[in-house]
Parts: sequence; structure tokens; C-alpha cells
Amino acid sequence: MELRIHGLHASIEGKEILKGIDLTLPQGEIHALMGPNGSGKSTLANVLMGHPSYEVTGGEVYMDDIDILSLEPYQRARLGLFLAFQYPVEIPGLTAGKFLKRAAELRLEDGGKLNVSSFIRELRAHMDFLEMDHQFINRYLNEGFSGGEKKRMEMLQMLALQPAFAVLDETDSGLDIDALKIVSKGVNSLKGPGFGALIITHYQRILNYIRPDRVHVMVGGRIVRSGGPELVERLEKDGYDWLKSQAAAEHAKV
Amino acid sequence: MQRYEDMETQKTVQTVDVSEYQYGFNFPDASVFKTRKGLDADVVRQISGQKQEPEWMLNYRLRALESFWKKPMPSWGADLSDLDFDNMYYYAKPAGGVSRSWEDLPEGIRKTYDRLGLPEAEKKFLAGVGAQYDSEVVYHNLQENLSRQGVIFCDPETAVREHPDLVRKYFGTVIPYGDNKFAALNSAVWSGGSFIYVPPGVKVDIPLQAYFRINLENFGQFERTLIIADEGSFVHYIEGCTAPVYSTDSLHSAVVEIIALPNSRVRYTTIQNWSSDIYNLVTKRAVAYRGATVEWVDGNIGSKRTMKYPSVYLMEEGAHGEVLSIAFAGGGQQQDTGGKIVHSASNTSSVITSKSISKDGGISSYRGLLKVAPGLDNVKSKVVCDALILDEHSHSNTYPYMEIESDNVSIEHEARVSRISEEQLFYLMSRGLDEAEASMMIVNGFLDPLVKQLPMEYAVELNKLIELEMEGSVG
Repeated sequence: MELRIHGLHASIEGKEILKGIDLTLPQGEIHALMGPNGSGKSTLANVLMGHPSYEVTGGEVYMDDIDILSLEPYQRARLGLFLAFQYPVEIPGLTAGKFLKRAAELRLEDGGKLNVSSFIRELRAHMDFLEMDHQFINRYLNEGFSGGEKKRMEMLQMLALQPAFAVLDETDSGLDIDALKIVSKGVNSLKGPGFGALIITHYQRILNYIRPDRVHVMVGGRIVRSGGPELVERLEKDGYDWLKSQAAAEHAKV
Repeated sequence: MQRYEDMETQKTVQTVDVSEYQYGFNFPDASVFKTRKGLDADVVRQISGQKQEPEWMLNYRLRALESFWKKPMPSWGADLSDLDFDNMYYYAKPAGGVSRSWEDLPEGIRKTYDRLGLPEAEKKFLAGVGAQYDSEVVYHNLQENLSRQGVIFCDPETAVREHPDLVRKYFGTVIPYGDNKFAALNSAVWSGGSFIYVPPGVKVDIPLQAYFRINLENFGQFERTLIIADEGSFVHYIEGCTAPVYSTDSLHSAVVEIIALPNSRVRYTTIQNWSSDIYNLVTKRAVAYRGATVEWVDGNIGSKRTMKYPSVYLMEEGAHGEVLSIAFAGGGQQQDTGGKIVHSASNTSSVITSKSISKDGGISSYRGLLKVAPGLDNVKSKVVCDALILDEHSHSNTYPYMEIESDNVSIEHEARVSRISEEQLFYLMSRGLDEAEASMMIVNGFLDPLVKQLPMEYAVELNKLIELEMEGSVG
């Protein structure tokens, strides 16, 4: 299966942010999407998941042969798309465990019944893996969580829901090295033929722990360069400026 | 993985409006006696005559009726302008009398309670049950071990006959008939309700429940409840209420008085789920003496208009009062609810917690009074009001009155109004929940801290009712 983005344009409050994105993410691969602040990376993440504030003005996004742009966010989720949020919201009064159980149920084919005891066993194993206290799932979802706890909760959800494609929106921002390692561990553990990930990041440091198959660089709402992991090193060394001027020159030509 | 086509079908099913009130059924009028439509002294005499009451009670009723005529309608609170006192029956006696077994009830009445699940609830988790049908209690039962310990749980008519000393000592002492127009009306035409007396030191560990059912159209139900918890005793009383859906309005106007004697504890839980054509105008008040605790748990889901502010008067040192109020105002509904605490002694404490939800143009208002008399020491109180508004057509108001006349008091007050945010919905939907279920989870989460304090079975019932109210609201 592939996540195929073709000629995607999107705007918010009349301002165009995505100006024609082409990107194909096959299952089995991990891609990194890098770029300076304000280049539209988070917008792409939100548009893929179907955030209602963004208006898609052109293009297509396919999962297999299904055009997901006409689907509600919950339908995209049930098809196997997952977004790890940059700023997960608090839901007071809703325990993380109750929420996870329901989300896992909804993932089952034909509304099948979730085996609760084995689900909880798996959840505990995931929590051990992410070095989380088992009491975590009895807390209200994201309420009063530290930044690092919120990111771990996102990873816990990803492990529990086993998505076909995950988009991680700057999951590494604001994390210390230990937390960063744990988040990376989560992604790496899912790596395999049934999982594709798009890791959106401003810095290269998470890519010290997750080796991407492809790297895309986004500037000004367009993908200006794609390449192998070596592109990360070039960005590390030279920053984004060389790509920015290149992009501006190319844009001027058009 | 689920295919898109399947999800479409599922979505269609889920957005079908199933929010229909599930207790809206009725049975034909099978009452054996009904007063004529409207109200006058003659109607009051007929009601009293049906009950073969002593003269003091008839005189009390007639004095209350005079007071009812004189009292003005409340000039605040929910809109009562369509309430028509003339187009209403004030008393209807169902066939059969009071029974101690469900099987002996007339068929329509028995079927009603079966469908409401009351006989089953009694078997599973109640120590005693009273069931009122229109004006009279038709079923009453109390576990034998409780009656052996001297616990009295009966309808007030029986109490007037069999325990006149207790009734005369306490009836109308907490809420005098002149208290307000609807207390006066109830005092004039009261019928049915509960009378509870718990002797000193007796703890009734399993709840007692009363269920109030209106079957008739254009009807007024005026139950009267008096609870006396003697020294060091405990009782938890639960009331539920439903009615059929008609196209015209009915009135439910109860008076509930609680006397919590020293070191006793009374918990009173209401799950009000009247149909959308009921005016629910109720006066509830408790007095708590030395070291006593009174807790009101007041859930208002149904009705067209509700005005109800359960009160606790803390009369002596060490008394504690609590009000937990949950209100859900849907389309066409006004829930004007809250609580009232009066500190009349030093070293007393109180908590009022209110959570309200408004949707589809509903209006929920918190109205509360916290009063601390002059010259008191060490009074503590906390008032927290939380409102959740689900759409732009709905409203929430907060009227937290405070009259604090002592200095050494600690008062906390918090009020919050929130809306379900687009970000919360998007977050939950990104995990596979559709919009209706996502809103539901946010609403349930909002209520969770309060619902947790209900007995399990009632927490489940309340969640179920709110789910029914929520369904069909989005999509």
C-alpha cells in the first residue's frame, strides 16, 4: 500500500500554504520531511488528517485506491492513517485507557469485539517499552501531562493502534535526549512491511536515532529537494539557505 | 482494514435521530377518581376527603390554598408564562390502592413499572421501593430487617394515619406553605410522596428509592416527602421520575423536607428525566443539626422547565452540607438549577458543585445562594460551577449570590464556561471516533468527576440518559 500525495494545494483563511505537494510514501519505508519554520510542514500533517480549518484547493491524496480527501478524519483513521500531534490537546475527564480501548475497537474489522484482557496486556507491554508508568492509562488524557509525557502518550497510541501510515508532526520538538530516544524506539519498533512513517522535523537530531529511507525538504509550501539520508548531513552542515535561494530562483523562472 | 463503503453505511445508521425519549409511552386513563379541571377550595376538600384526613390537615391545606392565591409568580428564573393553572387536573386516583407486590397491580400500572425496570432494580440493589402513579403511591415495600429495626418508609398518607406525632412535629417546619407560590400549591393539594423515619443509630446501607410516574395528560403531580434521620443514623434516598410525551403541558411540583438530627447523614439523589412537556418546579430543603451531614445529588436531564435549588440550613456546629447539581438543557429546555446553603452556626462547612451542559438552543442556568449569618466563626464554603456549551444556539448563565455577614470565613468560588473546541474534536476523530462519539466522550469526561459520586447503577443510568440526549445532535 502507498500513501500518494499529488499536486496538493491547501490554504487557511484564504492564505495558500501548500502550493503543490507531490510525495509518495510506500509502506515499509520511513521518510523524513524537513524544512525551516513556516514552510508548511505542519499544515501538510493537518491536511492529511483532515483538520477542518484547512481548505484543500487542489490535488489528491490516495491511500491505495481511495481518495481520502473526501473522507472525515475518523474515516481516514479507520483506514489506518495516524497523526502524532505536535501539541496534543487535553480532554478532561476522559481516561487515556478508556479512550485507547475505544479507538482500538474502532480499528477492528467489521466492528469485531476487542479482547479486553489481551488488549490491556499488550498496552502494558507497550508502556514498559516506552518506559511509562502503568498508572498512565488511568490519568485523564493529556491533562496536566508534561511535554515529554504528551509525546509518549502519542507514541503509546501509535503502538496500540498499529497504523498503516503514521505522520509524526515535530514529535521531537522540546524533547530531551532520553525522551527522544524513547520516541525513536517507538517508531523503529513498528518499522516493517506493513508500516510507513512520515517524520516531520525541524532539526536533524531525531534522525540520529531513526534512519530515514528518503528525505524531503519543504520550503515555501513546496518540496524543493528529495534524496537519500545523505541529504540530512548536507542540511546539518549548510542549513536551509542554499535551498531557499535555489527555490526562489526556480520559482522566479516559472 | 475497514472499507470506505462499510463506513458510509455505519455513518448513516449513526446519524439517524434516535434521541427520542424512551419513556414517552402511556396507558389509557384508568383512574377511579379525578377532581375536575382547575383548582378551588372544593377540589382541595375532595382530595382531603379521598384520603379521609384528620381535620388539622384539611385546615392546613385550605390555609395553603389561600397563600397560593396571594403569592406572586416568581419574577426570575425559567420562563413560566405558558403555565396554565386552570387547564390541569390536580388529583387522579389510580385503581387498586397500595400494594406490596408488583403482581397485584392493575395491568397498565404493572407494565409501566416493568418497562421502567423498577421491579428488577428493587431485586438487585434497593432496600425499599415506593412507586407513585399520578396522585397515589401504588406500590410500597421495605426490607423486613429494616422495618424490624424501626425504620419507617411509607407514603405520607399512611404516616398521617399511623405516625401522626412525627408528622405533626415536622411536617411543614422546614418549608412552610408560605415559602413560595409552588410550596403553597403543593401544601394545598399534596398527594403521595414518601415518609421516612430512621431511628437513632440505624444505618440504612442500601438505598431506598421512590419512583414518580405521571401517566395522565394536563396533570399536576404534587408529591410530598418528609425524611427524618434521627441521631447518628444514615439513609440514602433516591428518586427517579418520567412521564409520557403529550402535546400539552403538565406540572410536577414537589416539596421535600429533610430533618437531619445530630450526627446523622442523609444523602438524597435525584435523576429527573421528565418528558419535554413537564414544568418541574420543586422546593427541596434540609436542616442539619450538630455534626449532621446532608448531601443533595441533583441530576436534571428532562422536563420543559425546571426550577430547583436544593438547600441545606446548617443549624448547629459541625454540620456539613453538600449540593452536587448536574443539568442538561437540550432544545426547548430551560434548566434553572443550583443550590442554597445557609450557615447559621460556627464551625460549619459546605460545598456546592454544579455542572451544566447546553445544546440545541437549551438554556441552563446556575442559581445559587451562599449565606453566612452574622457573628460566626470558622465557616468554610466552596462553590464551583462549570458549564459546557455545545453549539452557538445554546446558552449558559451563572447567578452565584453570596450574603456573607461574618468575618472569619473561608469562601472559595470558581466558575468556568467552556465550549467543545474544534481541536478536541479533531484530536479524537483522528483516532477513529466519529463526531457524535467524540462529542459524547468530551461531555462524559466533563461530567465524570460528578458521575463518579453516584451509586454505580445510577451512574450508568445517568450516562445512558445523557448519551440519548446527545445522539442526533451532531452529524
